[in-house]
Amino acid sequence: MTRVHDMGGRFGDGPVVPEGEDAPVFEKDWHARALAVTLASGALGKWNIDVSRHARERLSPKDYTRFSYYEKWISALADLLVETGVLTLEDLKGEGADAPHPMAHKAMTKEAVPGVLAKGGPANRPSKVAPAFVVGQSVRTALPAANRLVDGGHTRLPAYAQGAKGKVLMLHGAHVLPDSNAHGLGEAPEPLYAVVFPASDLWADAESPNDEVVLDLWQSYLEPV
Amino acid sequence: MRAMPHDDHDHPHALLPPDPALRVKALETILTRKGLIDPAALDELIDTYENRIGPKNGARVVARAWTDPAFKAALLADATPVVADLGYYGRQGEHMVVVENTPEQHNMVVCTLCSCYPWPLLGIPPGWYKSDAYRARAVREPRKVLADFGVSLPTGTSVRVWDSTAEVRYLVLPMRPDGTEGLSEDELVDLVTRDSMIGTGLAKVPS
Repeated sequence: MTRVHDMGGRFGDGPVVPEGEDAPVFEKDWHARALAVTLASGALGKWNIDVSRHARERLSPKDYTRFSYYEKWISALADLLVETGVLTLEDLKGEGADAPHPMAHKAMTKEAVPGVLAKGGPANRPSKVAPAFVVGQSVRTALPAANRLVDGGHTRLPAYAQGAKGKVLMLHGAHVLPDSNAHGLGEAPEPLYAVVFPASDLWADAESPNDEVVLDLWQSYLEPV
Repeated sequence: MRAMPHDDHDHPHALLPPDPALRVKALETILTRKGLIDPAALDELIDTYENRIGPKNGARVVARAWTDPAFKAALLADATPVVADLGYYGRQGEHMVVVENTPEQHNMVVCTLCSCYPWPLLGIPPGWYKSDAYRARAVREPRKVLADFGVSLPTGTSVRVWDSTAEVRYLVLPMRPDGTEGLSEDELVDLVTRDSMIGTGLAKVPS
């Protein structure tokens, strides 16, 4: 049901290899360029954060697995630029025109960078959907974890937490629903909760009976128990 | 239910050079020639995250919380306006929650689905945070992951792992080390590591 990015709980990945606190922010120069090209292209305004996340998740499982982190970013960016009509396939082949693009006036300038980063992109919105749950209430997550609007679409309920029973820990207010917003179906804001699950309900062999996992989950991912 | 467009094997990115450094360069060149991106803006973005926005920001918040009880109470109640007052707000830090480590509970942050991370307070995430191994294992076996970092928790401390599945970003408030009673806020900042604010490390003990 899910895609290869949904890897929480997976076995077989081996040790985590920590880097020193003083390691360079960008291991290679092209990592920095990939991040910057991606952020600057986002400023063209042709997609939102949910669309861009989904573009990375839609890489074929083979590409997603073999690509390093910033390879995923740059490859998904190329796909998005074509899908949104900013670039053509000929452009990517290096056979397109070098003439100024009709959207060139939207290009992020050096002077605009601090303001764009400082402004951010808050996800909270006024919503007509009233909170259905209160802090402390028991809830169960959807089963299976899947987008209910678009078959195979973007969702933020990981498979490891599908059909699981937890308790509402916090109400974050109403936030944009990624399942809708990633597909051009509107922001559809609804209440977002932090929900806490006993590790022993998620895993066959939890490390300790008192350990817990918390996930941020939208109201439509949840039902009362 | 709608069918999904663009979900096929005909991905445009395959038209770019396969070598990742060349792939980035090719796309940057195409976009620059069309006037869609400005190389000076790219340099500014990189300089910002290499030199100006990083874990020192988060360390200042932690050191302040260790020394100022009213600040700490406000931070734990509603972190976003509190850290914004210090100038730490913006992209990937629009909705902040700070969670406090105690002798009873250790907190640890992951993003199993991608790489969500509080940029205004910690900068760009380190490679390990974005690795498959961390994303896959942190939720299922946090204690074994902590062992990879050389961290072992006392018996009786429970672990709470926060999987960042929405636009809320989590910062761990590590425990203040013993023997730091006489230290100033500036001295305390140097004890706060990046990993201690993700929950894969502890604050440093003064030498």
